[in-house]
Amino acid sequence: MSVLEIKNIVKSFGGKTVLKDISLSVEKGEVVAIIGPSGSGKSTLLRCATLLEKMNGGTLSYGDLQVVTAGPDGKSIYADKDIIKQAKQRFGLVFQNFNLFPHRNVLQNIIDAPIKVQMRNRDEVTAEAMELLQKMDLADRGDAYPCELSGGQQQRVSIARALAMKPEVLFFDEPTSALDPELTQGVLRTIKALAELKMTMVIVTHEMAFARDVADRVVFMDQGFIVEEGAPEDVIGNPKSERTKAFLSIFKD
Amino acid sequence: MEISSILLQLLGGFGKSMGIYFLTLLFSLPLGMLVALGRMSKKPLVRGPIIFYISLMRGTPLMLQLIFVYYMPYALFGWTLSPGWRFYAVIIAFVINYAAYFAEIFRSGIQSVPTGQYEAADVLGYSRRQTFMGIILPQVIKRILPSVTNEIITLVKDTSLAFAIAYVEMFTIAKQIVARESNLVALIVAGLFYYVFNYAVAAVMNRFEKKLSYYKI
Repeated sequence: MSVLEIKNIVKSFGGKTVLKDISLSVEKGEVVAIIGPSGSGKSTLLRCATLLEKMNGGTLSYGDLQVVTAGPDGKSIYADKDIIKQAKQRFGLVFQNFNLFPHRNVLQNIIDAPIKVQMRNRDEVTAEAMELLQKMDLADRGDAYPCELSGGQQQRVSIARALAMKPEVLFFDEPTSALDPELTQGVLRTIKALAELKMTMVIVTHEMAFARDVADRVVFMDQGFIVEEGAPEDVIGNPKSERTKAFLSIFKD
Repeated sequence: MEISSILLQLLGGFGKSMGIYFLTLLFSLPLGMLVALGRMSKKPLVRGPIIFYISLMRGTPLMLQLIFVYYMPYALFGWTLSPGWRFYAVIIAFVINYAAYFAEIFRSGIQSVPTGQYEAADVLGYSRRQTFMGIILPQVIKRILPSVTNEIITLVKDTSLAFAIAYVEMFTIAKQIVARESNLVALIVAGLFYYVFNYAVAAVMNRFEKKLSYYKI
């Protein structure tokens, strides 16, 4: 069974249709990179999958949890509160601009939700958080506040915060777009390390070399459609569609 | 009249002023939060009347509202106004007036928290209540502290408006003494009381601000 299954998503804002009939399924342990020009709907797709945005048509499920089903007319029907709550435990999201809680230190940012939302034991969660920080090279920054960290460090904390919830799939919405080039590398290394641990991930990114390196599958989106998808060496290395070629030519130095 | 006797009389009045001050804060701060939440309601039937109430409180003089509240039971029901009613009228008028101002401060603070904070909380599975109390409110308090300080300093001085319905607080007493003695000593002393108290208010609020300066937003 797929960890995540999206079928025929349609999403419009006002009169503008941003997602037109998109289907995507993600298997356990798979890393999917979503690329495409800005305005192609990549972020909206992620926001629909993480329930930050309500889709108008299509279905969404996490494993056996049917979160959104479709009526006979294809219109989306959301499941009740209880299912939604369970679904939120199955995924995590790393934002472009981190969205750490500024009034809480690094450790509190990581342990609060597992304790207060998942009702887990504080000592156990704290021990896990310390381990995560160690892996992120932030072992000594547990009591620092987000404003005292570099962007790259903040992003690694936000990855740790998402991982502490033990999600089945982790979404990244352009995780390095707000970072300087030299800080980008640390974050990308962290994501690569997660990929090697077989973490299921869906990553919206503009880092083509990274997508090629880390993804099992690359999805190219444009104007609300999936134009091309497949192995990175095909989609990035040898694209078939003219639109994909045109988009990728921007990145060739 | 001896200065010590002036001091003693004013001190009694100051106690009354402080009564107005702290009771107004006690009720208008929580009421202001409720009004702010109602002001941001998606339901026009909730939001509409609250917008009107806020504009009325901010658009008319507090002194007028005070006199209005005081005479209301007589005007509406023909009840005789007991001397004890003055105090309640003062508190009611101050509370509904200040709640409106606090509401707008709270609203600006709540709306200035970036939506990303709500989204991060949502994805982590926090309930709406947990999000507001644990994540939004602490940041709101930090943001609005300077405006709240301004407002609660104004309130100290506004307590003197209670003289309009002859409620005997410090300012009313000072005015009476000045009229009787034909000198300004009592007013100067009253002014000092207000000033020193506000100095303390500002100092306390400054300490709060410093305490919250361990993080930046």
